[in-house]
Amino acid sequence: MCAPRELSVLEKFNGSDSMDSRYRKIVYIVFAVAVVCIGLAVKNAYYLQMLIFIGLNTLLALSLNMLMGYAGQISLGHAAFYGIGAYMTAVLTASYHVPPLLALPAAIGAAMVVAWIVGVPTLRLTGYYLGMGTLGFGMIVHIVLREWSSVTGGASGFVGIPPLAAGPLVIDSEQHYFFLVWAMVLLCIIMCTRIIDSRVGRALRAIHDGEMAAAAVGVNTKKLKLQVFILSAGMAALAGFLYAHLIYFVSPGTFGFLASIRIVTMVVIGGMASIWGSLFGASLLTLLPEWLHAFSEFEMVVYGLILMTVMIFLPRGLTRGVLDLFERWRKTNDR
Amino acid sequence: MLRIRNLKCYYGRIMAVKGVSLSVNQGEIICLIGANGSGKTTLLSAVCGLLPDWTGEINFMGRSLKNLDPPAVVRSGISLVPEGRLIFPPLSVLDNLKLGAYTRYKKRAVHEIGQDMETVTTLFPILKERFDQPAGTLSGGEQQMLAVGRALMARPKLLLLDEPSMGLAPMIVEKIMEVLEILRSKGLTIVLVEQNALAALAIADRGYVFETGTVVLQGGAGELLADKDVKRAYLGKDYGDFYDAG
Repeated sequence: MCAPRELSVLEKFNGSDSMDSRYRKIVYIVFAVAVVCIGLAVKNAYYLQMLIFIGLNTLLALSLNMLMGYAGQISLGHAAFYGIGAYMTAVLTASYHVPPLLALPAAIGAAMVVAWIVGVPTLRLTGYYLGMGTLGFGMIVHIVLREWSSVTGGASGFVGIPPLAAGPLVIDSEQHYFFLVWAMVLLCIIMCTRIIDSRVGRALRAIHDGEMAAAAVGVNTKKLKLQVFILSAGMAALAGFLYAHLIYFVSPGTFGFLASIRIVTMVVIGGMASIWGSLFGASLLTLLPEWLHAFSEFEMVVYGLILMTVMIFLPRGLTRGVLDLFERWRKTNDR
Repeated sequence: MLRIRNLKCYYGRIMAVKGVSLSVNQGEIICLIGANGSGKTTLLSAVCGLLPDWTGEINFMGRSLKNLDPPAVVRSGISLVPEGRLIFPPLSVLDNLKLGAYTRYKKRAVHEIGQDMETVTTLFPILKERFDQPAGTLSGGEQQMLAVGRALMARPKLLLLDEPSMGLAPMIVEKIMEVLEILRSKGLTIVLVEQNALAALAIADRGYVFETGTVVLQGGAGELLADKDVKRAYLGKDYGDFYDAG
């Protein structure tokens, strides 16, 4: 055993972050290169579609992870924001012929405004009660989407959403869409990482651990919870926007209770409070049903079993779990 | 410095503090002693803005603290070391300390905060060794030191401590009390809430004795240590020592 090198306090105080950030940049570059390679290599439309959905689900999982994983505020109605984003752009671009480029800020803005209005009263709740509150909110949005047929097309859905276009540039091939979605994913990952590493990120985790203690050190818990809720809603709406222009069709079923639970599952399986966990959770939950088609009628049973197994053996989620396993394996090999 | 007049605190309809008045002067260690449920913690919560439901007057350096939320109180120069420490267990020791300076980062005070980090780790060298560990893996004493360190990171003018000796070995308690004395010598004003009256009165300048929401006794720390009722109730002598024998 060698003695640990004495680091001066100041060195440690300033130094650790810059090391991390250099390492992070490399990860981002590797990630971007991987995305480009995959996008160029994969020609099969079905695979591309799957990859696009992984991207969309990653956005959703990431948005909820900020709220649930980091700030510790559970939301069982997150698909509502996904739906608001999708329907907002659908109605604006198809019914009112607004260019998608303008519909995007409108979709995100609408979700954020709704989050603000809903967040002020609901975020006073904690634990199970917050879960119930957001659950109710999700149901209300779902019902509005289904019943307000004159605007949303009702239960049968909304048809005729135009493809994404900005002037002469039209994004209608799967490959282009793939790049667009994954560029957004990378952007959001960078944004979230930066937030988490900042003083605000520390405060969010502090709220997760104990709101009282966080308040005692001077964190404005109410304001911060509301802010992260709004941010989270905006990211979910971005995913909704991308979804609507990918499928050209939206229906209320996509944004119901089960969708919200799926997002929660992605976060938990991937790993709470883990940015990359959102990516793994979203990938697993998107791909698993496809792989399991072979089991035909037993598909859902196997699906459930796999999720249960993951949770029993890797209770901290895939990312941490696999890292822990790797650590243990390395330690036993060292001896 | 801190002046409280006729403070009444409510939990719903229950009055937990029933008209307390006290004053704290610059550079003093004031100790509040009293049994469970006598309203000491409630009083601290009211000062910190954690309990908004109170009437009366709390003035800190000439400013009323009425209607201030906790962040505003911290910014005005009051830091709390909460009961049971309430550190953030999964966060590293370093992050815990940085969180203590949360309200100051806005002012681009990164260098100053670094210096304060240095000061805190000089007071508690053990924290430096534990910088990257999750705070939850620290021993109870180390966690208490971290909680004090975290509160100091806000650069308070007034430090409130709620039962810092709770559940700690006498040696650690002594160490923490020593640090409080050092802090006083540097001009910090301290309010210390304690069940461990002996340890607290040993370093305090003055003290207030609480009983069911009111102050029943106040005076210099020496007088209180000598007081019969205090001895009986808080210093571990029972009635027998005083009454039966006589």
